[in-house]
Amino acid sequence: MSLSVHIQHDFGGFRLAVDFTVEKPGITALFGPSGSGKTSIVNAIAGLLRPQQGNIVIGGETVLDTPSRICVPPQQRRVGYVFQDARLFPHMSVEGNLRFGWRRAPIQAEESEFARIVSLLGLESLLARRPTRLSGGEKNRVALGRALLSSPRILLLDEPLAALDAARKAEIFPYLERLRDEAKLPMLYVSHSLDEVARLADGIIIVKGGAVVAQGAVFDMLADLDISALTGAPSFGAVIDTRVSAHRPAEGLSVLDFDGGQLIVPLLNREIGRRLRVRIRAEDVMLAAEEPRTISANNVLLCSVSAVHETGVSHADVQLRCGRANFVARITRASSARLGLTPGMPVFAIAKSVIVDPQAQPVAD
Amino acid sequence: MLSPAETEALLLSLRISAVAVICALPVAIALAAFLAHRRFPGKSIIDGALHLPMVLPPVVVGYLLLVILGTRAPVGAWLLQHLGIRFAFSWTGAALASGIITFPFQFRAIRLSIEAIDSGIGDAAKTLGAGALDRFLNLTLPLALPGIIAGAITAFAACLGEFGAIITFVSNIPGETRTLPLAIYSALQSPGGEAEAARLSLLSIVLALIGVTLAEFADRRIRVFAGR
Repeated sequence: MSLSVHIQHDFGGFRLAVDFTVEKPGITALFGPSGSGKTSIVNAIAGLLRPQQGNIVIGGETVLDTPSRICVPPQQRRVGYVFQDARLFPHMSVEGNLRFGWRRAPIQAEESEFARIVSLLGLESLLARRPTRLSGGEKNRVALGRALLSSPRILLLDEPLAALDAARKAEIFPYLERLRDEAKLPMLYVSHSLDEVARLADGIIIVKGGAVVAQGAVFDMLADLDISALTGAPSFGAVIDTRVSAHRPAEGLSVLDFDGGQLIVPLLNREIGRRLRVRIRAEDVMLAAEEPRTISANNVLLCSVSAVHETGVSHADVQLRCGRANFVARITRASSARLGLTPGMPVFAIAKSVIVDPQAQPVAD
Repeated sequence: MLSPAETEALLLSLRISAVAVICALPVAIALAAFLAHRRFPGKSIIDGALHLPMVLPPVVVGYLLLVILGTRAPVGAWLLQHLGIRFAFSWTGAALASGIITFPFQFRAIRLSIEAIDSGIGDAAKTLGAGALDRFLNLTLPLALPGIIAGAITAFAACLGEFGAIITFVSNIPGETRTLPLAIYSALQSPGGEAEAARLSLLSIVLALIGVTLAEFADRRIRVFAGR
């Protein structure tokens, strides 16, 4: 199932002109500041906005093609849409909401699929309730289930967490991660939060001023200094895809493997073999030209410098490559000069801290 | 307690009002749904015209109906000749006049409650595969139900009190068009009818109170149902 979007629309004062393709299942983040046109893009895909010019193909079916005057109405597009404000039907129970799209799907999912989604999203105990009696997080889970049960070919999520506080967000994350890891359908996830993107997305499309300025895999993009210059945000640091490889209870440590080496973290309560995303902030990475032998830090990785960007008066961000993983170190410009950092040069990166978010871990079945 | 003539007037009033409200309701719902989320030139003129019966003197409405639907008027004569339908001097004419006079009550309440529905809910239904008729039946109607019920009950109560349009259009015929207000008027015209007028007035007050209370109650109950 793939998605290709080529659209242009003039809002009078703001021009949207985007071209991109999503080939794989999993979560692709549409990332950009507020007002960059992200919601208009998903509205155009859903058919709620009719672009003046363009072409949209979902899973091989052309749903929009302005030259040949094709514009499939939203109710025939089979696009699941999770709105920021949930938009549940207030006069129906949770079950009524869940079955609304399910009943109208051209190929109705099995009753067992209904039960599976209900349990995947933890909605069993809510089925008889009215939407007015749900918390914000519960509403979002119902909205997600309702969209999934309409047998969509693609799922659009427009900042589904933006209206929630941190605790409610933490409540939703595991469900979205499970959905991502099942990788059954492509999901376009609109967000202006790098935190959410880092935890959930497989790919990122960066939107700025109504245009796509970059697209790539999340692990490459977040550590790419050119990209952080593009978004205007300070470097996010590295997000690394790891697998739990060993526990050493005697030392109180766990070992994570990644494509380029190993990371040592405090003991985890997770099975060996589980995928785990960890984050290493640029501020938490020190660099050494020679291998430090006696040092308190557990994680010392041999990397090669791929780029150095001077940021501000006193700092420099250094992009590092270790195997197929990318890291970023924020050091002072003086240190950079002292070490004589140039692209291609080998250095030792010392990670003072590895952030393992318990919520980012897969939920045990 | 009530004389046969008085009971007759009461039952006639209830029947005329019920028919008036039930016939005007679908028209009010259709027009309200059509006008609620649309913008087009001339909308305010249509809107004004639909509210006109509320501000026009009822006698004027009765007179206009007589001019259009009287047995010798063009439309009235045609209807009588070809379809055998006669509104003039008949209880159906009284129902028509009451329905027109109280139409704005229904239209207004329904339109306000349709406009109060979050349009985002409609968009959500679209993405879930619901077409226009589907959305009207399964979202608009149930969500506007408080307004529909409240509008209908208020209109019913107002119908019970209609006088000017009825007496002008269909006259004051016992057993055919003599509703409660007309019976009160007749009682006051005849010597010694004060007691009867007082009884019927009291009855009207009770009916109006029941109507208003019911409307309030239904509105509250259904708001709970509609989750608002």
